[in-house]
Amino acid sequence: MNNATFRTEHLSVFYGQYEAVKNISLSFPEKSVTALIGPSGCGKSTFLRSLNRMNDEISQAKIKGRIWIDGVDINDPGTDVIQLRQKIGMVWQKPNPFYKSIYENIAFGPKYHGIKNKAELDEIVETSLRKAALWDEVKDRLKQSALSLSGGQQQRLCIARALSVKPGILLLDEPASALDPVSTAKVEELITDLKKELSIVIVTHNMQQAARISDYTAYFYLGSLMEHDTTEKIFTNPEQQMTQDYISGRFG
Amino acid sequence: MRAKLTDKIATFFIVVFSLLIVAVLVGLIGFILVRGLSHIDWHFLTSVPQTIREGGGIGPQLFNSLFLLVLTLIITIPLGLGAGIYMAEYAKPGKITGTIRLVVEVLSSFPSIVVGLFGLLLIVNTFGFGFSLFSGALVLTIFNLPLMVRITEQAFRSVPKEQKEAGLALGLSKWKIISSVLFPVALPSIVTGTVLAAGRVFGEAAALLFTAGMSTPRLDFTNWNPLSPTSPINPFRPAETLAVHIWKINSEGLAPDAAQIAAGASAVLVILVLLFNLFARWLGGVLYKAMTASKRMG
Amino acid sequence: MKTIDERPVQVQPVRGTRWKKHHAEDVAGRSYTFICAALLIVIILSIVYFVASKGLATFFRDGVSLGDFLFGTTWDPEGNNGEPMYGVLPFIFGSFATSVLAALIASPLSICASLFMTEIVPGWGKKLLQPVIELLAGIPSVVYGFIGLTVVVPFLRNVFPGQGIGIAAGAIVLSVMILPTITSVAADALASLPRGLKESSFALGATRWQTISRVILPTVLPSILTGVVLGMARAFGEALAVQMVIGNAPHIPRSLFESASTLTSVITLDMGNTVMGSAHSNALWSMALALMFMTFVFVMIVRLLERRHRI
Repeated sequence: MNNATFRTEHLSVFYGQYEAVKNISLSFPEKSVTALIGPSGCGKSTFLRSLNRMNDEISQAKIKGRIWIDGVDINDPGTDVIQLRQKIGMVWQKPNPFYKSIYENIAFGPKYHGIKNKAELDEIVETSLRKAALWDEVKDRLKQSALSLSGGQQQRLCIARALSVKPGILLLDEPASALDPVSTAKVEELITDLKKELSIVIVTHNMQQAARISDYTAYFYLGSLMEHDTTEKIFTNPEQQMTQDYISGRFG
Repeated sequence: MRAKLTDKIATFFIVVFSLLIVAVLVGLIGFILVRGLSHIDWHFLTSVPQTIREGGGIGPQLFNSLFLLVLTLIITIPLGLGAGIYMAEYAKPGKITGTIRLVVEVLSSFPSIVVGLFGLLLIVNTFGFGFSLFSGALVLTIFNLPLMVRITEQAFRSVPKEQKEAGLALGLSKWKIISSVLFPVALPSIVTGTVLAAGRVFGEAAALLFTAGMSTPRLDFTNWNPLSPTSPINPFRPAETLAVHIWKINSEGLAPDAAQIAAGASAVLVILVLLFNLFARWLGGVLYKAMTASKRMG
Repeated sequence: MKTIDERPVQVQPVRGTRWKKHHAEDVAGRSYTFICAALLIVIILSIVYFVASKGLATFFRDGVSLGDFLFGTTWDPEGNNGEPMYGVLPFIFGSFATSVLAALIASPLSICASLFMTEIVPGWGKKLLQPVIELLAGIPSVVYGFIGLTVVVPFLRNVFPGQGIGIAAGAIVLSVMILPTITSVAADALASLPRGLKESSFALGATRWQTISRVILPTVLPSILTGVVLGMARAFGEALAVQMVIGNAPHIPRSLFESASTLTSVITLDMGNTVMGSAHSNALWSMALALMFMTFVFVMIVRLLERRHRI
């Protein structure tokens, strides 16, 4: 477990004095989906955000412990956070496409990271949109504003955008909770497809969703990791009573 | 019931006073237009003022006002944008940030004549630029900067936070996010605010009395060499603006038609400021729609 | 727990030219914006320094005592009647009289306008008054002065004894000019009240006016005061519009309709005719210093009001 190439080691995150994430050591296997479940406010999102150093933006946030990705401690001062973030994609609960055209949304990242050739960019746009199961719906209107898409489409656009810079890891923070059931199903299908190429970590409130799409599940409670195992085990025969209670809806 | 009666009376007064304000505005603008519009014609707008004879115009002054506005904006916009972006995106709560905020508050309440005097001392005399468009532009920049900073800061702060996070997660540098992700979203507000601020700058006079000056040399409108003293676009020449001209006529109007000239000039000034107002709103609306609405594929 | 799969995820951060580009960008952006912001501090420090250095020369170089300056009622800097006198009390009086009077006239009107926009007719009231207020704010001060000269002064001359110029004319013109300032602050304050405040008052059976006078206005009073002070500051610093209608006699007037002067009006008139460095000129700079000082005072009052209001 301690040798996994994407893992945290005794990670704690403090907002000022408040310890939001308490000493969590968690590994994420390659090409699989790990779901983070647990009641509201128990540190799941904070934990997720530390994985691509998004908490750097919050001045009172402090980190203890380490996060290892491919042998590199990502919080080491020598690590280039910009390059790091390019390798990790993130999608949020509320879709947040740039106020630009659909094409620009996807091409923006690759362009910034050095790809100038139009043919190459076109190809990246198409590939990303196909992977996000959105290509057929938008291929005729790539120049239209991204804001003209429906909520579910915008979310898939955000996933495509995250994929455009060819990350190895994808972080999803309740990506479907603002979407209708049909869009949710599409996003879940997407995730199941994408895990063939990426390591995916998804925070979700929806137990059934976690059971449906994840390979591994980690149960968080009040900032601590209570239990972490394969999804099958967690949902059929968890070690802890508390996990069982949460899963069966007795609290949370 | 007494309470109901008081309520009715109070409401009555509130409505009356509010409508009074509307009446005052309508009266003001009506008065200016009625008195002044009749005096405006092409000759008035293009010919030079006469000191003691009838038939003077406001041509050079009008040009000076517009040109000075352009010069001022060229200097103010980059500075205002920069400072506003700093306050919205980089400044952390602390002594320096608090000081900058205090400075913006104080500068925006400063009497414009004091700013003009400062300009006289430093820019006109010490730096030696003399009474000139350039001196006027620098002073107007000082006068306008607090507003620009506020406009920019507010515009950036109202961009949804998620836009910035999306940029960060893609591995964009902070500056790239500010310039390519946040700035386009903030742009409509910034444009509206800037055009409105431009209207204020256009009508300002007190700060220019001792910086841009109260006179204009003979201008040769065919001479576009910025270094020549008779060229209208030479920024180092004295330049009485329209607003200053109105004041001057009213205090030492020797021409027999001084009152009409003042009225006509005021009408031109008011109409232009109104146009700035309308243009600001329209342009902001257009930009906002272009940014958020779906475009039809051509 | 079972052992977890261990293959690598390919996230090796790489150094290269791209790294240099985006960090250079960040440094450039941060520097540029910081310089612009710091410039503001440089500007105000320069203004304070230069105005003060000139303004203080009156006391330190020309030997005028502060008491004689601030409280002397005779202004005769060219010494036309004997020794040059630098008493500026008439101007201080004029500035305060016009500003306070203007605030007194404008405040009730502004409060009515803001109530109209937010409480009485929130829908089209705002649509009507908001542009009106913005237009009033946009009219240049010289135009206000011109209208003051051609409308207000003759009117006052016909209705009241005197020449029509003076403190009254100045205050009336200024009151219209500061209406937008006070109204927008008041309207913002009213709009940011929690709805529950009004609704609980209505639920108790109060009339709208009772709600306004007993609940709403007391709550927003500090904010409205802030607006009034800002309006006064604006009136205090206004130069040309006031100069055109106040008469410019360097005396304390005996009535509202007698020629008077303010700090700004005398600077406007005299500065062009004095020699830089002369005692007369320095005295004008001292008045500018006084204006600057009052600006700081006004801002401090506003800040104090805001701090007290912050619960």
